[in-house]
Amino acid sequence: MSELVTRRKLITGGLAVAAGASGLVVAGRLADRYGLIPPDHGGIWGVGETLTYAAQRLLMSHHSLAREFSRSQISKVIPVNGNPPENDAYQRLLAGDFADFRLTIDGLVARPSSFSLEELKRFPSRTQITHQACEEGWSFIAEWTGVLLSYVLNLVGVRPQAKYVVFFPFDDGWDRFDSLDMPEAWHPQTLLAYGMNGQTLPAPHGAPVRLRVARQLGYKSTKYLSHITVTDTVKNIGKGLGSSAPEIGYSWYAGI
Amino acid sequence: MAESTYLPGLAIRDSNFLSPPRHTGLVRITHWINTISFIGLVVSGIAILLAHPRLYWGETGAVGTPSLLDFSLPFVLVGQSGWGRYLHFLSAWVCVLTGLLYAVSGLFTRHFRRHLLPAWADLSLSSISRVAWNHMRLKRPTEGESLTYNVLQRLTYLTVIFVLFPLMIWTGLAMSPAITSVFPLLVNVLGGQQSARTIHFFIASFLVLFLFVHIAMVCVAGFANRVRAMITGHVAAGKEPL
Repeated sequence: MSELVTRRKLITGGLAVAAGASGLVVAGRLADRYGLIPPDHGGIWGVGETLTYAAQRLLMSHHSLAREFSRSQISKVIPVNGNPPENDAYQRLLAGDFADFRLTIDGLVARPSSFSLEELKRFPSRTQITHQACEEGWSFIAEWTGVLLSYVLNLVGVRPQAKYVVFFPFDDGWDRFDSLDMPEAWHPQTLLAYGMNGQTLPAPHGAPVRLRVARQLGYKSTKYLSHITVTDTVKNIGKGLGSSAPEIGYSWYAGI
Repeated sequence: MAESTYLPGLAIRDSNFLSPPRHTGLVRITHWINTISFIGLVVSGIAILLAHPRLYWGETGAVGTPSLLDFSLPFVLVGQSGWGRYLHFLSAWVCVLTGLLYAVSGLFTRHFRRHLLPAWADLSLSSISRVAWNHMRLKRPTEGESLTYNVLQRLTYLTVIFVLFPLMIWTGLAMSPAITSVFPLLVNVLGGQQSARTIHFFIASFLVLFLFVHIAMVCVAGFANRVRAMITGHVAAGKEPL
């Protein structure tokens, strides 16, 4: 062979490997501290997932806004994925026009609260026309009206150790819970939406209140919200992957 | 040091290994890592596409809106777009990081200038068409020809490295609502998110076409020897040209 292994090469190689390994450990610690590790970071897929999440988290700021569109660009065809929940709790509320609906917020907050639909509608509202892509590949543009999640979080007083906001819908399908990290929860386009295209949010689109996460794929915008919890860990919820999506093979973070 | 001396007799017998390699170590390693990641990207790309095998133009598109290209395939929704995406992004990271290493080192070692940049004289229509004609006749390269790249190979490799792969990355990023919240221009100049998806598909098709032609040409030039050259850096002694 032309390349002979010398003692010097062995020593430099060994040192390089050791430096690389300890560098990785330090990088991992730092990444965890700055919230750059997603809950579904384990396994072979976790490597790519963590790189994507960390890179996009570092790239985006609070002020990076998803593109907004004009009224004339609103899609005429807006497909619906899945049917409204069939359980009694939801069906009773739907039949009563959500008069008895309460959205509860608890966990790491100073003032655990619950809000009726009317109360949510009395809060300052934001209307935005944004693009939503389904992970399947199709997409549409719609206008959403709601209260900023950040407004409600400020009302209940989020404790400093909070790391995730977890959303539980009335849903009894695959979507049993989902969560957002704090940067996405505080983002100025993250809505608790109750209106769509100037109308009351229709049941198949998530009535009475759904989440709207403008910088991620559609499945992160949890429909039929019932309960919100602020927490410092998602390890004890479901399989601990931050959402029921990774439990069926879809990534927790969907900024893509 | 004693370890680094070698016997002259041994060196003469292995003279083939002491001649400069056909491909440098870095080119060989990045070539095979990219081969694996490219296969990962194609397989997962197909898995993702099968969930909605229709292509649109503009910002939006869905069932019930006119499509640019309808593959007339059933919508496969059995979860393959989930692992498909995980695999797509893992492969993309490997491909992009390896590609960057290759591109940056290629600039520093003058690999692109010495081996891939065509000579001005070879860029004439007659020169290109002569090489193209040789390719179409599946003419085997001579010993001299197989030690370098002809003008058609150079132009193709440069296009793949500096046009098609960057376009794949661009159109891929343009589909991300997170990335375009930082760089909206990425998607706006393409005409919309669905346009980005459609262009992503067509460029991918060109790359797959390149892969097939590349393998076919390697077979014509002598599969075993060319693959050996890309693995060990050298062709077998006395076996060139095949």
